Amino acid sequence: MGIYSRVDRDNMTIAVLLKQVPDTTSKIAVSDGRVDQDSVSKWSTSPYDEYALEYALQLKESGGGDLVAITCGPSRSSKMLTDAAAVGADSMLHVEADTSEMDSRQIQSILAAAVKHCGADVILCGKQAADTNSGSTGPGVANLIGAACVGMVSEVNVDGDGFSALRASPSGNERVMVSKPCLFAFDKAATELRRPNVKGIMMAKKKVIETVSPGDLGVDIGESGVKIHAHDLPPEKPPGQKFEGAESVSIVVSKLREEANVI
Amino acid sequence: MNITIIAETNGNQLHSVTSQLAGAASSLGGTTTLLCPGGVGESEASEISGVSKVISLKGDCFSSFDSGAWSAVMAPHCDGVVIASSSPTGRELASQIASKMGVPVVQDLTEIGQDLKMTRSVYSGKAIETSTASGSCVITLRQNAFESAGSGGNAELITVDSTSEVSVAVKEAMAKASERLDVSEADIIISGGRGMGDPANFSHLNEVADVIGAAVGASRAAVDSWDEIPHNMQVGQTGKTVNPSLYIAVGISGAIQHLAGMRSSKYIVAINKDPDAPIFGVADYGIVATWEEALPSLKEELAKL
Repeated sequence: MGIYSRVDRDNMTIAVLLKQVPDTTSKIAVSDGRVDQDSVSKWSTSPYDEYALEYALQLKESGGGDLVAITCGPSRSSKMLTDAAAVGADSMLHVEADTSEMDSRQIQSILAAAVKHCGADVILCGKQAADTNSGSTGPGVANLIGAACVGMVSEVNVDGDGFSALRASPSGNERVMVSKPCLFAFDKAATELRRPNVKGIMMAKKKVIETVSPGDLGVDIGESGVKIHAHDLPPEKPPGQKFEGAESVSIVVSKLREEANVI
Repeated sequence: MNITIIAETNGNQLHSVTSQLAGAASSLGGTTTLLCPGGVGESEASEISGVSKVISLKGDCFSSFDSGAWSAVMAPHCDGVVIASSSPTGRELASQIASKMGVPVVQDLTEIGQDLKMTRSVYSGKAIETSTASGSCVITLRQNAFESAGSGGNAELITVDSTSEVSVAVKEAMAKASERLDVSEADIIISGGRGMGDPANFSHLNEVADVIGAAVGASRAAVDSWDEIPHNMQVGQTGKTVNPSLYIAVGISGAIQHLAGMRSSKYIVAINKDPDAPIFGVADYGIVATWEEALPSLKEELAKL
């Protein structure tokens, strides 16, 4: 504790891993067996990543250190890094690559190299991205860089020389302690997300994004071990039956029993 | 083909989804080994049909969840296709094991076909992805999407004592505020939205839920508006994705964020006073009525069954 932990924290480099995904309100179209990225009307930071960013900013404010925002994705993803800088990220690293056909192992090896490149020892990310809905990246990156991994996190604080985090467990919640190096994968958190102000936006525009390729980081991602055959739109559900008024409840209950056989 | 199943535990018991993992494994054929972290449920696991060997992993590292420490012990026992549950802890463990094995992980499958053709839902359920793996891989399966294997098996049971460095220390465990069934565990869910008007009115949903053994869920709008409705009840994006046999949405308009978490339910009932609410677009049975009118008669009708 005391002066030593303070010095230690000032040397802390925090990384937040962000992914740009189609905004939830965007329609998804398929062409030639793949989700048509060009048809996506709006791209956003994946919702859980926004909580990771917010807590990364809070950690920086309470514990000191530098915050770097990292993404791996096509060139359009750089906007998301600028948005992160507008709310307080100190620097930005963009590993430019098309990740759409990559397997989990390839993406994790790129991001682990990016984290090492930045010298980060505290990493925050969303528990899963809203496009692939997987949740593989955080734990995989933690393994590759030898970091303690805490998932389903809704709060993290500097605590002595380490960190205290609140995570969901099958039986409720747990408060856990970890030391650097560590990775927190965020669930939705009970905190307001900050919005950039004009000054933040102007400052962010002047900041330079470090843009590299996986090769620049010394990563050879090899071949994907997973071959995507197709993306398809979900089968159309036949139109349902609609009834007017509460007196129809008995009809629906009997249909649930007779037709659907679920009660 | 060798298959390794990671048992899912529920406190000190084997979680029922473990049988579903074994059911899916049997459709692949091959020799199936089941790993029981911490030795939990080892004897029950050895009776699951189709499992040839159970490895019960004992050690202090299993006293609390640390995916890094657990996977370090488990990965050396994993071979071929590794199957886990797509619960939050299942996914985390699967990712760590895959990374340690140097193989890809594909999460939350809803179907497995011939030659391990994997089907999963992507883009909040707005698209379906099919893929295959070229070699070993780790997969996680969505709960209730696969048939359970039967019991009556008689697997060889091996106990392995293991040690691993734990780096996540639990300082305090807080039990859930409510003893109610969790939405991710339930076969029937009744959820309320902001249309319930007041969080106190969720008691009416609880009453219906008690009649049919359902879990009570909520929309994001309800969770964000009312402190009394905790986030662990939230169904949808930034909440839980559920796959029950029956989902009853009450006073929920059907925002895309909500649909993302429940559209794969087998049957959907919507109760809403607005006949144009988007929720009716995904409902198998829609009732245009206020909850005040509909819930008492729903409770009464269900109680008659």
